Amino acid sequence: MCSLALFPPPLPSGHTTLCESNNELLSGASSEDHRLIQVSQNKLGINTAFLDHSETLWMRSAAAWRDGGFTGLLNEITNSHTEDIFQILKIWCTLALLQWVSSFHGSLFPHLTLSSEDMIAEFSQVLNWPDCVVRAFAWHPHTDKFAVALLDDSIKIYNPKSATTPTLKHRLQRSVAAVQWKPLCASALAVACQNCLLVWHVDPCSLSTRPSSGCAQVLSHPGHSPVTSIAWSPSGSLLVSASPMDTAMMVWDVAAENCVPLQRVGGGGVTFLSWSPDGSHVLASTPSLLFRVWETRMWTCERWPCVKGRCQSGCWSPDGSRLLFTVQGETVIYALTFTDAPGKVYTAAAVVADLSETTFNTQDGDITVGGEIQSLAWDPKGERLAVLLKGLVQSDRPPVIAVFKTRTSPIFELLPCGFVQGEPGAEPRLMQFHPNFQHGALLTVCWSTGRITHVPFYFLSAGVPHFGLNGSPSLPRPQERPSDFANQSLFTEMIS
Amino acid sequence: MFSAQQSCWFVRKVICWRAAASIAWAVLLLPPTTAAFIILSRFSILHPFQWISECLSLLTSASAIFSFILLGGVIIIVGFLNLEYYTVIPNIACSKIALLGQLLHPRQFLSSLVHCIMGIIVAWCCAVTIGGRYETLGYPCVESDGSPEMCLNEYHLVLLLAGAFVGFSHSLLGVIHNMNYVSFHTVQRYKYLRFKGSLPLVVKCSATQALYSVRNYIVIYFFLGYIPKTWMCKTLNLHLNSSLHSLDTIAGLLDLCLIYHLWISATFLLFTWYITLVLFRIFVTEVYSFPVQSSFTEDSHQCLPKVITEKQPMILKFLALQDLALLSQHAPLRRSEVFSLSQPGGHPHNWNAISKECLSLLSDLTQRLIVYHDTVATNGRAKPLSTGSERKTSSDTSVSGDDPFTPKSTPLMKTPASVFTRSVVGGPQSPLTAPFTPDLDSPFASPALRRLTAPVGQCSPWHDTVQSPHIMRRGPKLWSTSTDSHVNGSPQLSPASVPSPKQEVSKPSLLAQFLQNRKEQVKNFLAKRVLIMYLFNKLPEASSQALFADSQAHIWALEGLSYLVQASFSEDRFGVVQTTLPSILSSMLVLQEAVDRHFKLPHASSKPVRSSGTMGDCHYKTLRFALRATLKTAIYRITTTFGDHLSTVQMSAEHRKRLQQFLEYKE
Repeated sequence: MCSLALFPPPLPSGHTTLCESNNELLSGASSEDHRLIQVSQNKLGINTAFLDHSETLWMRSAAAWRDGGFTGLLNEITNSHTEDIFQILKIWCTLALLQWVSSFHGSLFPHLTLSSEDMIAEFSQVLNWPDCVVRAFAWHPHTDKFAVALLDDSIKIYNPKSATTPTLKHRLQRSVAAVQWKPLCASALAVACQNCLLVWHVDPCSLSTRPSSGCAQVLSHPGHSPVTSIAWSPSGSLLVSASPMDTAMMVWDVAAENCVPLQRVGGGGVTFLSWSPDGSHVLASTPSLLFRVWETRMWTCERWPCVKGRCQSGCWSPDGSRLLFTVQGETVIYALTFTDAPGKVYTAAAVVADLSETTFNTQDGDITVGGEIQSLAWDPKGERLAVLLKGLVQSDRPPVIAVFKTRTSPIFELLPCGFVQGEPGAEPRLMQFHPNFQHGALLTVCWSTGRITHVPFYFLSAGVPHFGLNGSPSLPRPQERPSDFANQSLFTEMIS
Repeated sequence: MFSAQQSCWFVRKVICWRAAASIAWAVLLLPPTTAAFIILSRFSILHPFQWISECLSLLTSASAIFSFILLGGVIIIVGFLNLEYYTVIPNIACSKIALLGQLLHPRQFLSSLVHCIMGIIVAWCCAVTIGGRYETLGYPCVESDGSPEMCLNEYHLVLLLAGAFVGFSHSLLGVIHNMNYVSFHTVQRYKYLRFKGSLPLVVKCSATQALYSVRNYIVIYFFLGYIPKTWMCKTLNLHLNSSLHSLDTIAGLLDLCLIYHLWISATFLLFTWYITLVLFRIFVTEVYSFPVQSSFTEDSHQCLPKVITEKQPMILKFLALQDLALLSQHAPLRRSEVFSLSQPGGHPHNWNAISKECLSLLSDLTQRLIVYHDTVATNGRAKPLSTGSERKTSSDTSVSGDDPFTPKSTPLMKTPASVFTRSVVGGPQSPLTAPFTPDLDSPFASPALRRLTAPVGQCSPWHDTVQSPHIMRRGPKLWSTSTDSHVNGSPQLSPASVPSPKQEVSKPSLLAQFLQNRKEQVKNFLAKRVLIMYLFNKLPEASSQALFADSQAHIWALEGLSYLVQASFSEDRFGVVQTTLPSILSSMLVLQEAVDRHFKLPHASSKPVRSSGTMGDCHYKTLRFALRATLKTAIYRITTTFGDHLSTVQMSAEHRKRLQQFLEYKE
């Protein structure tokens, strides 16, 4: 098993990780050579431009119902002070029963009592989602452009080849929890919002900086909100969406705007989805101690109960045969293997890495790293695994990204690579690997300061044969030095 | 229709068995449904024990078993009607008059009659089951003069007539909502799970539909209720009890208990029928795996490459294409059979047959779109073409045979109707409704469109127009890519040759001109009448829907081709796909251009309408959007797989330019 103790110590403060080359992480004191995007932290919406206006309770209730659903209505009524007391009492009496029923339901599934913002924050892959400037990030699967969802509910699309950065705004685009580009398509971007799903069609040739809301398809289903996770099928034909409030996972045929709910009893909702890169499986985790792995041919599922907590995050190997996942409350990474061969049934997941707290002695004093895991990201070649560790505020343990080297064949191996650190005071919030970086892997990290940095890992891929023209990296050729780690005890999978 | 299909092995061996299984399941589901109906219909909150015990004793009584047998018979008939009337290509009425034509068609009339009778039977069973005041038609009563007589039980009559009305309206709504259309789902699931998933929708639909039907029925009975009542009394020699007030008054119909019983009976009736329909849809659209090649020659007609080219029955073609799309995605072993060479000779027969059929499907759609686009002017109305005369002359020229341009490229202009003619293929329509199918009904539609949809069985009108130089001429002008030599191998028309047929066309005969003028006058006269306008005006979107009515087949063809081409990059050892790659790419690009143009037409909406929760399948309304998305994805799938290797594929400059857009992800 691989643990944090084998890692090289974290950088001294003031240094930032630049890239990996020659099998080691290089750091520097400045970040001049990074491509960075400064995002404004301004959350001034249009609402502040208007004066407060008093409406009757009914009008406000109707608006609250429209905006926030049932819970919004209850909040509106409880927060109203000015109306005559009898009216409120009447409504109170009629709603008390309903509230009691919903609270009973909530006692079974505690997450149902959360407000939708809190729920997104709870189940999002982004660390500290509510005050995070960049709320979601997505690379386009085929080209060098990406979409960034910001705190003010707008989405910006950056493309190095074009001067315009379209800003997407929509009436229904609130509390964006996730964005993802449609594979095998240049323009479609799915956005998981508070009350619905939006699929934007952003013409890459258009010069408009503000596409109209007519470019967006609105996909909604009663009871299916807030949407916390979405996943496109790798073939681009289907989109699945999940909501912690809905026990059904929706499979959308986006072009036809119809959906098939895949309902299963138990779990109380679906929080996180991840489609395997070969398209054969979908991971769906629930708010309770259970996650499911769907097979996408006939849409049947396997149930995987967890012992300690819910499944927090997961990622697939490029060939879709191996699933790594983490469980809330534990500091380890588990692996599950899926094979087509019949007769080989796995009944338990194997622990492949231990990320419990480890103290490093550096020149700045002792630095403690480790703890619970927020999210996992595996690069598309299957050679680097980035793990975002939550950290703890009270014990002065900052969030940090730990990167492993991985190998999937002939046996599955995890080797330590190092920590990715930003400027002093900047905490990593969100990370994603570039889907087709030529010279290795490119990790994009969104920081709490609003910066987005790209950290390249230059290496020669072991699995892909190298052609003469485009196989060699342009930077100093890194050499694999497995002998460095030969004397350490590492995780190696037993071949049975 | 059914007898004609009997000859096909597939209908005999697969479809009939699937239908039988669905009917068997529907009959098996009858006891729980009936039990639920009994419990709900005798609902009384004040005497719960009496209620339960009554229900239990009723369930085991002889009358319950007899009515159960009757209901089973009804379900079997409904199942047979489903099998007889189902279609995989919806029959879309493009105007009110076409819809009226469908509703008044004898075949439809027969179906309505059968539904009416079955509705009465089910309502009778309901009446017996509910019991009490509904049980019998006549009851002994004492007249005012003291003599004992048989009186008419109006409650019973009301329930029976309600059954007839609901059955009738069910059959009418079936036509309006295309309930006989069977759609295929993109998400494959096991039958049980699909059934379980659709159950809430069935309950909801039957309850709401029953509510509307009962409301309408009550209104009709209020006004016309006396007619069946007096007729019944006269024929059965029954009397009306004057001591009770009759039911066709406001006070009589405002009986909540009566309305509840009417509603619950109608819900029960619709629920059993909808369940039968849903089960039939689920069973019949189940994936069927055809063998790609067989080692025995007598089974060769059941293999995928053979089956996929067959025109009839449509369900066979659709299932074959679905199987192709699935095998190309999920089954590497079967893919390798597609790429394999024939044993003596070494020809890729399997791949050739499959790719040829898929490409012809795509080019058919392209041609259909081009003709449609040519017919519809940019403002969304039909162009005032003088096509009548033109057609005449053009057919003359083609017959005379001295025109060098026309006859050679006939196969190029293969009619869209030749493969999927809505009016002929296994659908419920017969020649009488055929003239009412898309666009024909509108007197403002141009004849070119009429030709488009004319049934191919009466081959002659299309045959003439196929060779029309008018359309041929337009081909290279607007659609430089449409007459692509890759697809059909026909010689391309050179632009230089265009002017010569024009002279022949430009002098129509005097008689034709006279007829044309009269026609215009009649049109203008009719256009001023409001009712005529209402009946003949095109429904919005309908013509676009009709154009893409069979697009599920094209979607599968696109998916199958693109996945096979993608797989061929690593799996095709003999390079059989390489030979067809240029034509696949060019036909996809041409179709892409045609589809893009179609969506730019003013009346074509850019977004699908949200389907309401009805039992009628609205899948056909969104097929064109699904096709557009699939087409783009298919091209991207090929370009991302092959990447820069595509530069070595032979292609026209225009296509290369367009493909470059895809390679740069700018589409």
